[in-house]
Amino acid sequence: MVVASQDAPAGAGINPSHGSMSRERRWALRWSYVCLALFAVIFLMPPIYMLITSLKTSAEISTAANPWWVFDPTLGNYAELLSQQQFLIFFRNSVLVTVIVVCVTMLIAVPAAFALSRMKFWGSTSLATGVFLTYLVPETLLFIPLFKIFAELQGLTGISFINNWWTLIFIYPTLTVPFCTWIMIGYFASIPKELDEAALIDGATWMQTLRLVFLPVALPGLIAAGIFAFTVSWAQFLYPMVFTTSADQLVLPVGIVTTLIKGDVFNWGQIMTGALLTAAPPLILYAFLMDYYIAGLTSGATKG
Amino acid sequence: MADVSLNKLVKRYDEVEAVRGIDLAIEDQEFVVLVGPSGCGKSTTLRMIAGLEDISDGDIRIGGDVVNDVPPRDRDIAMVFQNYALYPHMTVAENMSFGLRLKRFPKEEIRKRVDEAARILNIGELLDRKPRQLSGGQRQRVAMGRAIVRDPQVFLFDEPLSNLDAKLRVQMRTEIKRVHQMVPVTTVYVTHDQVEAMTLADRVVVMNGGRIEQVGPPDELYHSPATRFVAAFIGSPAMNVVPCRLEAEGEELMVRLDGGVSVPVPAERRARYGDAVGRKLFFGLRPEHLTDEGGRRNGGPTARIEATPDVVEVMGMETLIFFTLGGHEAAARLDSGARPRVGESIPLVADLGHMHLIDAESEFVL
Repeated sequence: MVVASQDAPAGAGINPSHGSMSRERRWALRWSYVCLALFAVIFLMPPIYMLITSLKTSAEISTAANPWWVFDPTLGNYAELLSQQQFLIFFRNSVLVTVIVVCVTMLIAVPAAFALSRMKFWGSTSLATGVFLTYLVPETLLFIPLFKIFAELQGLTGISFINNWWTLIFIYPTLTVPFCTWIMIGYFASIPKELDEAALIDGATWMQTLRLVFLPVALPGLIAAGIFAFTVSWAQFLYPMVFTTSADQLVLPVGIVTTLIKGDVFNWGQIMTGALLTAAPPLILYAFLMDYYIAGLTSGATKG
Repeated sequence: MADVSLNKLVKRYDEVEAVRGIDLAIEDQEFVVLVGPSGCGKSTTLRMIAGLEDISDGDIRIGGDVVNDVPPRDRDIAMVFQNYALYPHMTVAENMSFGLRLKRFPKEEIRKRVDEAARILNIGELLDRKPRQLSGGQRQRVAMGRAIVRDPQVFLFDEPLSNLDAKLRVQMRTEIKRVHQMVPVTTVYVTHDQVEAMTLADRVVVMNGGRIEQVGPPDELYHSPATRFVAAFIGSPAMNVVPCRLEAEGEELMVRLDGGVSVPVPAERRARYGDAVGRKLFFGLRPEHLTDEGGRRNGGPTARIEATPDVVEVMGMETLIFFTLGGHEAAARLDSGARPRVGESIPLVADLGHMHLIDAESEFVL
């Protein structure tokens, strides 16, 4: 009788609860798939449309045929665009600006984040918050005062800051440095303080501690910050639109729009090809470094 | 190698005084353990010696030189942390040689020192591994290796065994003792575990509330505690401490415990306790000095106390009983063969040669 009374509730207890758990899980999974599929469709539609259009001739684009199908595929748009000297100049300018801005950003943001998170000094907490607040000021508010400052500087020094691609190297960091500093502060905060204390006792200076201990340990954070700086610099539109005008000074996003739209004539095939080619470098970068990027962005949330 | 001295050392955090003007002289090659409950200031003191915390007042000397404003890297010290603090991206060998590489030692010398430390610590086969591939005990050995290769003036240990399981902790304790015998460097070791303190130290420093309660060899602390805190902190189970009064009965002095039990003060202690008659006191006696009729006795003065066990713990090598004495929980350590029963009164013998009387007001042991 004792055995029976023990068996019944155990048997009755385990199976239904196990069943309901897995049923809940199945439903949760179904909903996840539905939502994810919806998001994927919404977000992938524009690039797919761009790809399809870039493979069409101007004649096919202007006909009223099914816009989601290529009847007469051609690589003509790619060949034409890549053979244009102008497009290659935009590309070169973009690469130069982006690479230099990423380097400058990391050179400023990493030591700043290290100092703010590790070297306890008066006001370091307020400063860290201040750094983040500067990121919240939108570029649409900043571009006029920034233009004015550089115009004044041009007047004072005689150096032509306006209409030169390299001026962007001074301007983009106003966007990238605060956010990258913030990411790195979060990442450094997840490193146990005993690690830098051990390094200091082992005889390292602060700079050696940063270089030999923190940077290798914080590599995922560095990559996340680097990718952010790269993406922001590569895709920036407003500042180059304001600061550069000559065709040889333009970067890709502005160059494509200003040179491929002639008056009211939209060369859609080439515009879409240009846009796709512009989107390619960040995509390739993401694909290679995605795991690091996610590790970097989530580290503060789980460890810090 | 060098001596370390703390002189009126103070650490203040805003309003809170974590360390309140402590004085301590640690001799060359001595192994000193700072022990005390959480928040007693022991770790802060260690971190001030390391240079990881600024000093609010007083001074610290290492090898005779005041090091108050000397950065950690120039103090010639090595520290072992509770969480090991190994550099995760470096191999064991690189971790151990990091300090030497920073000081640009010749490669040959570095290899010699790393090999020697690895030999002392039995980690020769781990040199090429990364910290994540090591167990807790192995990591702690590597952390010690990193300290040893530097050949510093002072070793600092900050609760190094707290992250290890009980068995490994005992093993590593012996290991640390052995290493100190082989490499006799001045050592300051912080722990909250009094067993670690007693087994490792040449001298134990008991801290409480930012002050030093007592400094002395483990044996002295155990048998002659200076304060009620030390008496209760050192020893497991803790010393029985029961409120009492001292009364004169003709020639004799009687200790009247709360709850009506009385024990006579041994003749040789009467002069020592004579002034305390009538004052509020605590009677202190360790569990091993309160034993059963057939238990251990050294032939000194004794008194009988009746006890009714609430809990009986058979440990194998001994039997512990817990009972109420004068309204307070007390423990007695009985012979391994004793099998008292809960709720049944048994006679105990108090070895009064080891009794303590503690002033209730000042909490000093008389």
